[in-house]
Amino acid sequence: MTGWARLGLGIAGIVFACVGAASAPAQAKDTLTLGMVLEPPGLDPTAGAAAAIREIVYANVFEGLTRIDGEGHVGPGLAASWTMSPDGKTYRFALRPQVTFHDGTPFDCGIVKFSLDRARAPDSTNAQKEIFEPIAAIDCPAPEVAVITLKRPDADFLYGLGWGDAVMVAPQSAAQNQTNPVGTGPFRFTRWVKGDHVELARFPGYWGQAARLSMVTFKFIADPAAAASALLAGDIDAFSNFPAPEILPQLRADSRFSVVVGATEGKTLLALNDARKPFDDIRVRRALAYAIDRHALVTATMSGAARIIGSHYTPNDPGFIDLAGTYPYDPARAKALLAEAGVAPGTRFTLALPPPPYARRGGEVIAAMLQEVGLSVDLVPMEWATWLDQVFKRSDFDMTIIAHTEPRDLAIYAREHYYFNYHNAAFQSLFARYRETTEPAAGIDLLQQMQRQLATDEPNVFLYVLPKIGVWNAHLHGLWVNDPIPANDVTGVYWGN
Amino acid sequence: MRRHAAMAAGGAISAVMLAISLLALVWTPYKPTAIDIAHRLAPPSAAHWLGTDPLGRDVFSMLIAGGHNSLAVAVVAVGAGILAGVPLGLLAGRRGGVVDDLLMRGADLMFAFPALLTAVIITALAGPGALAAALAIGIFNVPVFARLTRGATRALGQRDFVRAAMLLGRHELAIARVHILPNLAALLVVQASIQFALAILAEAGLSYVGLGTQPPAPSWGRMLNDAQTYIFTTPRLAIFPGLAIMAAVLGLNLLGDGLRDLLDPRLRSLRD
Repeated sequence: MTGWARLGLGIAGIVFACVGAASAPAQAKDTLTLGMVLEPPGLDPTAGAAAAIREIVYANVFEGLTRIDGEGHVGPGLAASWTMSPDGKTYRFALRPQVTFHDGTPFDCGIVKFSLDRARAPDSTNAQKEIFEPIAAIDCPAPEVAVITLKRPDADFLYGLGWGDAVMVAPQSAAQNQTNPVGTGPFRFTRWVKGDHVELARFPGYWGQAARLSMVTFKFIADPAAAASALLAGDIDAFSNFPAPEILPQLRADSRFSVVVGATEGKTLLALNDARKPFDDIRVRRALAYAIDRHALVTATMSGAARIIGSHYTPNDPGFIDLAGTYPYDPARAKALLAEAGVAPGTRFTLALPPPPYARRGGEVIAAMLQEVGLSVDLVPMEWATWLDQVFKRSDFDMTIIAHTEPRDLAIYAREHYYFNYHNAAFQSLFARYRETTEPAAGIDLLQQMQRQLATDEPNVFLYVLPKIGVWNAHLHGLWVNDPIPANDVTGVYWGN
Repeated sequence: MRRHAAMAAGGAISAVMLAISLLALVWTPYKPTAIDIAHRLAPPSAAHWLGTDPLGRDVFSMLIAGGHNSLAVAVVAVGAGILAGVPLGLLAGRRGGVVDDLLMRGADLMFAFPALLTAVIITALAGPGALAAALAIGIFNVPVFARLTRGATRALGQRDFVRAAMLLGRHELAIARVHILPNLAALLVVQASIQFALAILAEAGLSYVGLGTQPPAPSWGRMLNDAQTYIFTTPRLAIFPGLAIMAAVLGLNLLGDGLRDLLDPRLRSLRD
């Protein structure tokens, strides 16, 4: 009896939930609710690596001297223009006049000096300090002119200044930016309901073209099924990075939505702890690369909508070469290499899996593939906080699946300390030469050599580029198709008819 | 007569589920973790009786292996409940006084806690996994069996054969073993069948939220979770494990209800 009653209640609940999710009109409006999978730990892009921070505040709340657009090109931001000295060591930026922060603080060269000095200070918590490392001095000959002198030429300097890590912050508000971000962008921060959403409102005193939306809400929905329901119910207008690719056929068939598949910079890796045995042996790393059928992986986890890569570089980046064929799927060869390296069949490894579906679903597929070549894999699902601490910070792991979303971040392979512990003097010297080159052709050549070096060493197994699956209301325009940097730049977004 | 038919049906369902689960120990049509991307989301066919999932795994194989896992968790959980609960109940029932009060108030305290919530806390602390889930569910079976045993023990304690044994100076343990436990057995069997059904539901619930059986080991709850985003395109992925859970719980409940009717003297005399 109770069993039946429970069953009845369950069915009634499901029916009720389905009916409740049916109606929401799409009328002309000037607000936007954007879905995001992850909630950021804070809102200060200059003090944290999480992509989710940039996905809220980049270009919307904070701006830098330069700005990266939806195609990955560097253009003027708070600097209207600039000139570079012939030796590539001195940049002279003409700052935009009459720019103020949301709290009324005027923007001038003093702010530039403060922001960059803060970012490159020894105690800085900036996640990308390499951007600022070449800076020798910042001078202010006039309030509207900033002169930055470098220790050596840096091919990526202007590009780096366009990152979320290099945005302009004011001395009075910088310390509170984690919880109450104050920038110069067309939107100002109004509210953060932890665990649920962040709200931004149009900033009336914006120096440039005013935003067309009056309000933007970033709503956090981690569960793919809940994300799909929220979209279908109209609770959310857009998901610029939709987490459930398997629902795409249904969404494509629904005229209420636009489905736009673009590319991110998310290089998805089976990251290996190169400092730990047996991953310190190149034969083992190559064996893992041969053991993984990446086309099948992409079919299973991304519904086929992702590009295979063979190095830590994406087709969006300058000088990309296709190395996806370096280690074709070949389980026999993988087994032979493992045997050669003395890895006995049945050896157990752990595979740490952070929450995103690409990791959790991909983990099951990769575990099965590694099982085929005789390895036993224990899957260890982790929350983000645990992953960041145990894997990323303390490097206490065998293998993990993770997408590196920062663009053109070959620099991480040249770092002295980084979680996957790759150390190769040859790569480091290539990288050092690349950073100092001012000659574009030489720069491209070095970028290609670095890609090849990584494909040869296979410090991690390079899998695929995370697709950017945008799903939004068909009346919505102006969202980015690709994700050249982690951002949801909504400054140009508007509702059409 | 109708009650007997329901019990027979429940018994039959339970027996079939048990047989299939045991079969999974030695044989499944495919390895339940074997991935075959080329044949993903295949519809039911002669090769794959219930089709394949998004990773190309055979759904029927996953179901019966998942049933085996559910069963194992339920056995451990209910077994732990009986092994710990029955002695505690005997102790409380035979001793009485402060010991009885303490044990029964402890049981009340545990009943007052939302069981699944506490199970979530336990698995979160001990780390998710089938064994942690089994123990978490098992802890909540302890007061169930303790209370049942204690009540029956007290009632039996008033009976002449128990009093006679006491007068003869038999050891308490001997009295419990020879006179009380055999008379409790039927009661325990009925309760165990009901707790079994609840344990299967709880295991599915914990696995559904990711705290029970861990991937890649198959589990009904996780199959349901994985099926969520496919509910519009491939609803069978949710329907089959849903049906399996329903059948197992229904079968055990019918069996338990029937057994109770059969074994409860008061109900039996009413009917005769």
